[in-house]
Amino acid sequence: MKKGIILALLAAGALGVITSAQADSRTRFMAANCGYCHGPDGKSRGAIPSLAGLDKAYFVQQMKDFRSGVRSGPSSTVMHHHAMGYTDEEYEKLGEWFAKIK
Amino acid sequence: MTFDRRDFLKASAGAAALGTLSACASNGGMAKSARPKVVIVGAGFGGSTCARYLKLWDPNIEVTVIEPNDVFTSCPFSNTVLAGINQMADITMPYDYVKKAVDQWVPDKVTAIDTGKRTVTTKGGKTFAYDRLVLAGGIELMYDKVQGYDEEARKTIKHAWKASPDQTGVLRQQLEAMPDGGVFVMSVPMSPYRCPPGPYERACMVASYFKKAKPKSKIIILDGNPDIASKKGLFVAAWTKHFGYGTDKSMIEFRPNNMPRAVDPKKMMVGTEFDDVKGDVINVVPPMRAAAICGMAGVRDGNNGTWCTIDYRSFESKVVPNVHVLGDSALTNFPKSGSVANNTGKMCAAALVEMLNGRQPDQAPVVTNTCYSGTGQGTGFHVATVFRYDPAGDKMVAQKGGGVSKEESELEMAYMESWATNVWADTLGLPESYKFTAKG
Repeated sequence: MKKGIILALLAAGALGVITSAQADSRTRFMAANCGYCHGPDGKSRGAIPSLAGLDKAYFVQQMKDFRSGVRSGPSSTVMHHHAMGYTDEEYEKLGEWFAKIK
Repeated sequence: MTFDRRDFLKASAGAAALGTLSACASNGGMAKSARPKVVIVGAGFGGSTCARYLKLWDPNIEVTVIEPNDVFTSCPFSNTVLAGINQMADITMPYDYVKKAVDQWVPDKVTAIDTGKRTVTTKGGKTFAYDRLVLAGGIELMYDKVQGYDEEARKTIKHAWKASPDQTGVLRQQLEAMPDGGVFVMSVPMSPYRCPPGPYERACMVASYFKKAKPKSKIIILDGNPDIASKKGLFVAAWTKHFGYGTDKSMIEFRPNNMPRAVDPKKMMVGTEFDDVKGDVINVVPPMRAAAICGMAGVRDGNNGTWCTIDYRSFESKVVPNVHVLGDSALTNFPKSGSVANNTGKMCAAALVEMLNGRQPDQAPVVTNTCYSGTGQGTGFHVATVFRYDPAGDKMVAQKGGGVSKEESELEMAYMESWATNVWADTLGLPESYKFTAKG
């Protein structure tokens, strides 16, 4: 029985690893890109806000607000530059990614 | 159902084995080694980051890092040491967590690279085979381009463009020993060079120290470029606001098109095409090119044989297969910043994970640069750009909306400090308990 579980996990796990890497490696890099300012895994060590665990809808809305200028002045020193360089679809993917980090 | 640690280990070992099988099946070139071998030379912002993320994203890859320094010394924030805001210890961090993450850490210098046999040899006489080689050696300074900048002269004249106690630390001591009313002569190399805003920030930092401790002193900037090469409006505003720039009492004198051609440490003189400039402390950054290891590998093919052309999708050299070049050594349209070195380390890791598993890396990568500078007066500012790869033109295109701060601010200094701790943590894998001490 135990052997069976291991084999099942092994197959599912191995296949899972390969499939998800193919599907998500682009998002995985895009999210890692944010780490040099927002901290590894989006967990900041200082004044720059963390991204880890943010609600996806909130994340996407903030990116849109940075881009449109709704968030501006001191509440957007740098982010309006970055928000203008990414697509709506990329906002969604990044939002989903960071929402999953505990 | 229970799932204990032993089962988990068995399952993950199985997964790793399957991964290897699939790599062999889809990539004939890899079949000879059970685990793909990546050798990374240099553990700065690019190399350390690449090593850590390779192990994070595909633990099956065998990663060897070769690095002669036993600690990491940050160039970003090193100008604050010249201002006396930080000590060398505040910008020096351990490699312990990179060492723990990789399969092999080699504290040695590389002396030879054979790209035909795919081997790297160290001074200690060891040879390492690779499937993929990552060169992350930063820059090599070309002292022979400045007449008189020989070994003897280098005892007195420091570049401080690779942060270390012997460079940054000694330059700080020289500034401290300088009498009030003295002249500090510093230079800016021709673009492209490491850290475009660095020299102008250095002028701010030294001026901040002089303003407080030696108010009669002067700074002369000899710039090889026709104008301030980075964040011009912000630096001119900071110099004007804090150091009297533009008045006859200015602490800073800026001389464009003044490339240092010669140094004389006995007369304490720097020669340009136009005149000889005398200084009490002289800081000349010689012209630079991609690190010496890039020369060994024959990948310094760009810009008259100084920098390395790369494929933006993998950072693989355009002239030598299986050799990847990171950070400052690469000829790109990114600025040569710590942020870019860190991010291209991750980009290269992401591409290598795909390639070593028989898949194609992202064909349209998007990557950012954010670069902060400090004024030494408790304020900072930034430049930020998003780059997106354009396959048709084979270039990284700066996206609309990039740019600089409107003005210097204390808030941006807080962000600059946070950027430093986050990029150091990301590069070196420093744990959340790690205590950072650097201030802006």
